[in-house]
Amino acid sequence: MNTLSSGGSLLFRPRPVFQRRRDQVFIWATRIAVFFSAFLLLWIALEIGIQSLPAIGRFGLSFFWNTTWDPVEGIYGAWPQIYGTLVTSLIALIVGVPFSFGISIFLSEDFLPKSLRLALIIVVELLAAIPSVVFGIWGLFVFIPFFRPVQMFLYENFNWLPIFSTPPVGPGMLTAGVVLGIMIIPIITAIAREVLVAVPPELRAAAYAMGATRWEAIFGVVLPAAIGGMLGAVVLGLGRALGETMAVAMLIGNARGIRVSLLAPASNIPALLANEFAEASDEQISALMYVALILLAITLLANIIAELMVRRVKFALTASRE
Amino acid sequence: MRPPFPGTPDSSEKSANLTVELETQGVSVYYGSHLAVKQVSLKIPKNHITAFIGPSGCGKSTLLRCFNRMNDLIPGARVEGSVIFHGKNIYDPDVDPAEVRRRVGLVFQKPNPFPKSIYDNIAFGPRVNGYQGDLDELVERTLRQAVLWDEVKDKLKMSGLSLSGGQQQRLCIARTLAIQPEVILMDEPCASLDPISTLRIEELLKELGRRYTIIIVTHNMQQAARVSDFTAFFNTEIDDEGLRYGRMVEFNRTEKIFNSPAHRETEEYVSGRFG
Repeated sequence: MNTLSSGGSLLFRPRPVFQRRRDQVFIWATRIAVFFSAFLLLWIALEIGIQSLPAIGRFGLSFFWNTTWDPVEGIYGAWPQIYGTLVTSLIALIVGVPFSFGISIFLSEDFLPKSLRLALIIVVELLAAIPSVVFGIWGLFVFIPFFRPVQMFLYENFNWLPIFSTPPVGPGMLTAGVVLGIMIIPIITAIAREVLVAVPPELRAAAYAMGATRWEAIFGVVLPAAIGGMLGAVVLGLGRALGETMAVAMLIGNARGIRVSLLAPASNIPALLANEFAEASDEQISALMYVALILLAITLLANIIAELMVRRVKFALTASRE
Repeated sequence: MRPPFPGTPDSSEKSANLTVELETQGVSVYYGSHLAVKQVSLKIPKNHITAFIGPSGCGKSTLLRCFNRMNDLIPGARVEGSVIFHGKNIYDPDVDPAEVRRRVGLVFQKPNPFPKSIYDNIAFGPRVNGYQGDLDELVERTLRQAVLWDEVKDKLKMSGLSLSGGQQQRLCIARTLAIQPEVILMDEPCASLDPISTLRIEELLKELGRRYTIIIVTHNMQQAARVSDFTAFFNTEIDDEGLRYGRMVEFNRTEKIFNSPAHRETEEYVSGRFG
């Protein structure tokens, strides 16, 4: 006789109806939340697209290179703003990336005692918690006066370079770009540090065991392993810089047209939107929607690329541990 | 208290050929305030294979990592006593640990190739150590030494991670050979490998043992018996406060350790009547 009888019907009691209902409600609640956020993104994109249709029909692709933005005459071209967006973001990366990489390397190594390191990590990440408008005010009243001697120096010594060819007035492309650079430090630092920490400790140990110094281990093994993800972090920072509005609107000077000099007031897409939407009328709204659509497309693209880069590297690093 | 443990292999025969490559003098290792290994004194003979055997927690890996100062990288680890290499205590303050590690290579328990090409895995060490010679030649030579060349010669540009576990471990051995060390430490190099890969690594070890001083930590007594010339047996001990630490019980020629050990606990361990 088999002692392990499977005859007992008590073994698999059906779950109470109440429990099953409760689980189903929960599952559906989470599903709806997920689908709703995806739907929101689509809806916003779609709505902006629809509203910009008149402007797209009227200006077509020439919108991209036309430099006149004249609501009175009804002529719209967004090249100065697109150019401004690209240039401020580029300045932001030039300023922000070296700092971010330096900080992330420093904080992923054991240069400091653990508690102090943790405190610094939190402080850097709290930089991201400063509201954009506060950065704007700080920029206007603290940074611009502080930055003025630097701008004067650039103008006085390098005005033969077209990008420094106008006397600084305070607000302008360079000012906005540098503050943007500070604003993207936390996000790049946080992601880059995460990737660096994901580098398996065995790789570091192996580098040391080959007679590498700390710097050789960092630059020869750790950074090459992490660099793809760190560049992803940069692209994520770029996405942030492209779309950042308030501080830039306060610091860029909001001038029309294109000036090569970075010391001169300029404009970019977020600043244009922030400044004009409140008083815009029919066709102007459509033109602004068109600009917004362009911005949305650029930032979405940047974020998707960044996400893919970071994921691929983190996945490869954690997979190599197995 | 036990009688002092022999620090030199029994020298009744053949001892004239032995030169000492490394010597520990009263080495104790602490992790924080916890004693991990107590008072080990032994002399590692040059151009022979020495095996460290013993149960888990007996401190054999910890001691192994004293020979190239890898314990420096563990926060809170502290080494007392001296490790003498070429007449110099490698723990003296004027010694550069990177220099020690270049001359005393380490192969890890788990294969850990860099996420770089096979070629660059080998070339990393020579590059950071300022190797002046022909790098291509060195890569080929060390891959041949590690009996990996024929399997990888057509894919040197491929990632080291694309190799199988056994190949990765041979790559790691080749990488260590490429820094042209005098001593090679191996921390259970076959622990994560299948039997066939293990066999290949063991053959490789016997080959290398003629030209290099090798210290191998192993859990596998048969492996120690197969490959090593000398064996040190470590065991765990419990101190007055109930804390466990490791110490060396006995060090001798491998055949002595396995056939006529001087200590009862060694005999119990090697005959499998342990614990």
